[in-house]
Amino acid sequence: MQKIIEASDINMSFGDVKALRNISFDVNESDIFGFIGPDGAGKTTLFRIIATLLIPDEGELKVLGLDSVSDYKELRKNIGYMPGRFSLYQDLSVEENLNFYATVFGTTVSENYDLIAEIYSHIEPFKKRLAGKLSGGMKQKLALSCALIHKPKLLILDEPTTGVDAVSRVEFWEMLRKLKEYNITIIVSTPYMDEAMRCNRVALIQNGSILSIDDPQKIKEGFSRKLFSVRAPEKFKLINVLRDYPGIVTAYPFGDSVHITFHTDKLDMTLYDHLKKSGIENAVITETDPGIEDRFLELMLNE
Amino acid sequence: MRTILYLIRKEFLQIFRDRFIGKAIFGVPIVQMLLLVPAVTFEIKNVKLCIIDRDMTTESRELVSRLEGSTFFKVRFSTFSEPEGNDLLHRGKCDMILQIPSGFGKEQGLAQPGKIFVSINAINAVNAQLSLAYLTGVIRDYNLKVLTDNTDPGFLQLPPQIEVTNRYWYNELLNYKFYMLPGVLGILILAIGFVLAGLNLVKEKESGTIEQINVTPVKKYQFITAKMVPFLIIGLVDLSIGLIIGRLAFGIPFEGSIALLFLCSAIFMTALLGLALLISTFSGTQQQYMFSAFLFIIVFVLMSGVFTPADSMPVWAQKINLINPAAYIMRINRMVMLKGSTFHDLGRDIISLTMVAIVFTTLAVNRYRKTA
Repeated sequence: MQKIIEASDINMSFGDVKALRNISFDVNESDIFGFIGPDGAGKTTLFRIIATLLIPDEGELKVLGLDSVSDYKELRKNIGYMPGRFSLYQDLSVEENLNFYATVFGTTVSENYDLIAEIYSHIEPFKKRLAGKLSGGMKQKLALSCALIHKPKLLILDEPTTGVDAVSRVEFWEMLRKLKEYNITIIVSTPYMDEAMRCNRVALIQNGSILSIDDPQKIKEGFSRKLFSVRAPEKFKLINVLRDYPGIVTAYPFGDSVHITFHTDKLDMTLYDHLKKSGIENAVITETDPGIEDRFLELMLNE
Repeated sequence: MRTILYLIRKEFLQIFRDRFIGKAIFGVPIVQMLLLVPAVTFEIKNVKLCIIDRDMTTESRELVSRLEGSTFFKVRFSTFSEPEGNDLLHRGKCDMILQIPSGFGKEQGLAQPGKIFVSINAINAVNAQLSLAYLTGVIRDYNLKVLTDNTDPGFLQLPPQIEVTNRYWYNELLNYKFYMLPGVLGILILAIGFVLAGLNLVKEKESGTIEQINVTPVKKYQFITAKMVPFLIIGLVDLSIGLIIGRLAFGIPFEGSIALLFLCSAIFMTALLGLALLISTFSGTQQQYMFSAFLFIIVFVLMSGVFTPADSMPVWAQKINLINPAAYIMRINRMVMLKGSTFHDLGRDIISLTMVAIVFTTLAVNRYRKTA
């Protein structure tokens, strides 16, 4: 299979801040490759380097077989970049934006219409509306249409679902999945752990370093301990009590419960008494399957 | 080429979509012309006089009445006290004090030179000098009259005198508006070029749209050209509006070639737009841009010679004017409109201005980076 991106030992600093440290990874053709990590992890910097907007301090980056620094001109014809911030012209209409980006890439909307048809059809009824007046979900669809209009081989999506409602997020991932049919490789970053499962490969990134790269399922399975979930009415108090308990290794909030691990990897029944003594009644403890977030937190701890 | 045209189309679309800017680019020249041309004038009328006449003779009254008869002077106060006169000058009630000492008439009778004393408010040096010049003019006439009155024409011949008759070339009526208008035309397009074009690029930076443009295969020169051409066109349209107003409202003469004026203005605009885009590559926000652009606007306009003749500035200032596009256009506009100068006459200025335009634009294209 052809490698779409080959990155080796990329380093990037802004003054004293080290934004990326020894980043290496490969992206295969037709991958949906996800970069998962908290804000400030270095995702945007990495994406801007891949999009040829930044030159890395060190390291080699080949995108579509071209050197990202010396062949940037050729590269720009073949990549579609959607920055994290909505960057289309707010004072141009939907239609004008799309035509504009088609033209600057030397193509026309009709030429590649079938590629964007499914996405664009959602916003086509509003094509005369100014882009600035669209809702968050519609803006995102327009931005995606504009990034796709020249039929790029690689699509770079920087946090496309941040600030978008839950329904639109699901729709959006569905659209990305369908783009696979057109042999478009996608790299996407997100701070949402649940979206990781929709990628076929995932890199966990933290403080400018990649913690792990794998199939999301495998990353989950990499979780080294047995995981238990504790539910109780007072979650905040619960976490503090759990963290003070000597038999517990980790305790992290997870939705409306707390995920914990034991040194012994077995449910320590004395915990019930401890909780009761600490004033937490009706706690329910069950074994649960680890999610990608659990693995991420574990990896962070090992750093 | 298709890309450039499309980029230019997009700029126009955005400019006119902004309802305020869309109207202002045509409203501003009209307001500027109608306001600045008649308002900024050096002609002095109604210099307020305070007379201290301690002589009170026919001779002194004759001099005062001559001053009253002139359109430049208004005798506002008459007093015998010097402190009172000085006080009026301090308080700005009068601009000039004329003291006629006692004995002014008597000395004339004795064929001795009469003496008068003048104090002038010279906060505005130009005004003070002009007022004195007008006053000297009146006194010269008065002197001549004294001379003729006291000489027997049959007996003594007047000493031969040179009689000066003059003609003011290129602005016969010394109409100050004719002098100001070509200059205001320059300032007018300077504002358009500097403010609108520069802010336009910075706005793309601020709103992040430039990041999306930067990853496209659009070339630097295409992008910069597309940012310049719309404002060049708007500037020339504004110039036409200004000329029409000049003709209709102020009856300005137009001696030279309109095509030459437009050609030079286009070069002038290119220089300005180049510089504006160069500054905007250094600015991250519209505020930063405006602040630095303002410096250039003030320096360029005040040093251009629109108000004070650039030729009488210190040598170092004239050196700076070599890269001041406004200084060139002031000269060119006045020469073409009032004097009818041709391309041949203005060759040096036009070539220098073109070089300034090329340098600024090249720097802008080079400074603009298609990276974050």
